[in-house]
Amino acid sequence: MLSPTILIPAILNGLLTGAVYALVALGLTLIYGVLHIINFAHGALLSAALFAAFFAYRLLGLDPYIAVFLLSPIFFAFGYALQRFIIGPASGGDDRNMLLITLGIAVVIENALLFAFRADTRTIDVPYAFKTIDFGFTFLAVPRVVGFVAVFLVALVLWLIMTFTDIGRAIRAVAKEKLGAELAGIDVAHVYAMTFGLGSACVAVAACLLIPNYYVNPSVGNSFVLIAFTIVVLGGMGSVPGALIGALLIGVVESLSGLFLGESLGQIGIFVIFIVVLLVRPSGLFGERV
Amino acid sequence: MKGLAPIAAAVAVLAAVPFVVHSNATLNFLIVTLMIALAGQGWNILGGYGGQYSFGHAAFFGTGAYVTAVLQVRYGVNAWLGFGAGIAAGAAFGGIIGALTFRSGLRGSYFALVTLAFAEVLRIIASVAPITGAGVGTLIKLDLGTQAFQFQSRALFYWVVLTLVGVSLVTTRLIERSRFGAWLIAVRENEDAAKALGVDVRSVKTAAMVISGAITAAAGCFYAQYFLFVDSGIAYGTWISIEALLTPIIGGVGTVFGPLLGALVVKSLGEGAKLVTGDVPGLDLIVYGAVLVLVIWFTPRGLIGGFTQVRKRLTRRATPAASSIQEGGHG
Repeated sequence: MLSPTILIPAILNGLLTGAVYALVALGLTLIYGVLHIINFAHGALLSAALFAAFFAYRLLGLDPYIAVFLLSPIFFAFGYALQRFIIGPASGGDDRNMLLITLGIAVVIENALLFAFRADTRTIDVPYAFKTIDFGFTFLAVPRVVGFVAVFLVALVLWLIMTFTDIGRAIRAVAKEKLGAELAGIDVAHVYAMTFGLGSACVAVAACLLIPNYYVNPSVGNSFVLIAFTIVVLGGMGSVPGALIGALLIGVVESLSGLFLGESLGQIGIFVIFIVVLLVRPSGLFGERV
Repeated sequence: MKGLAPIAAAVAVLAAVPFVVHSNATLNFLIVTLMIALAGQGWNILGGYGGQYSFGHAAFFGTGAYVTAVLQVRYGVNAWLGFGAGIAAGAAFGGIIGALTFRSGLRGSYFALVTLAFAEVLRIIASVAPITGAGVGTLIKLDLGTQAFQFQSRALFYWVVLTLVGVSLVTTRLIERSRFGAWLIAVRENEDAAKALGVDVRSVKTAAMVISGAITAAAGCFYAQYFLFVDSGIAYGTWISIEALLTPIIGGVGTVFGPLLGALVVKSLGEGAKLVTGDVPGLDLIVYGAVLVLVIWFTPRGLIGGFTQVRKRLTRRATPAASSIQEGGHG
């Protein structure tokens, strides 16, 4: 079982899985880094985005890789509105309330999906779903390789936004020193909402990259988001490079523990890492102190 | 003792219900509601009084349910002893999880995440371990009779869960009035200040988690005895973690009657929604989520907090000076 012909493909596949996790985790860590809350609605948003990508293909005939350019602005706007008009005003700025509000929103979204589409699991069948690329020593599925490349593009775009635009500077200012930013004339409510919007847009991109060889049902997002929590904690809450590296690491761990422990028990490896990191080094690999 | 009279009155009124209501469906609804109120009271001790918001109280509920069921089915232990063992196991898990997390100084979002992760790990273990019946779950054999803690009549089950709720209400009131309660509230309001004043913050929080775990586990034990079936999705599922925190928050965090009131309101709303639209999956939970958001939005201290506010506003109109002092003391 330890022969390289099994091990290397397992590691590579783990990296590819990790890349998709990274997209979900990027949104989460971005929101944490600025608002200092864990967005419990992230998983439900992912389920909603997967449904959106599913129907974009089924009803409009849009290929997921094209739909991404339509869905990410829509989810950006949705996330913006959610933070600006519901989470912000409803929580009154209290962190604990924000946690609960995002939980409430998660329950509403997930069950609205269940109510509208029932618990059935659906898939789409794009022509390239089962195409593979021959790397000489192993075959890798096309949609997963596309996902891997796209993650780095998204991370690059995020980095460009954060570094070179006014809103990016404002977001960084608010993340560092909220009161100071407010005194300098930055509209904090707007920045919070922009951040939430960016995080939601990441979810939409993740959904479009996932749907070609994945499935969708109302609670599918939850399995991702628990892993994304782990990644965000492992990488250090609020750290974008931490989320990328943490995600790739978790992808490999999952792939290897699945190989050695079997599919259902393999998940435990992730949670054990999660709990150990939380207990031993809650600041994660790249985070600032808790 | 002062403060116990309202509890006695509330329990007495609730105890009379089966003499008036004979419908099994209604009694079943009330039994489940009281069970959720019990689970919520456990959460309330740690979250409401201690300010530690757990997102994984399923860890205790499920442990209570599984210990009760597995001891009876696999080891032939008497049901009453199994019930007690389930509660003890919940307390022990509370102690272990509390000692680990509070030693690392986890608070706020981090505490919420770590509790969630513990519940999730237990769920995965329960879904594969042979002793819990793995994916199939554990079925308790039907054996009606007091010695097996199984009753033909719903009313008896109702009184059992009501007794448990009564005990939890008295426990909460006693904690509230004790020195330990004062420490716990001090930790909630300002942990650093409490520490500076010499409160052993870690022990206080861990002790709260032990009590909290025991009470929520009691709800799990009751679940196992009442439904006679436990599986990993039910026992350690996120639904119970959510219900356990939802009821005190909606009723009133850090109040004795908050969880009971919250459970009655939330469950009635869920049933009401079902009555209006028929039994559609998801609808009752949509209502839950929306109510949670609205309650936090408009009455951040829950319904009981909302009542107090309205009363204060009314008295303020009568005597402006007196109530402004009250207001100042409240913050």
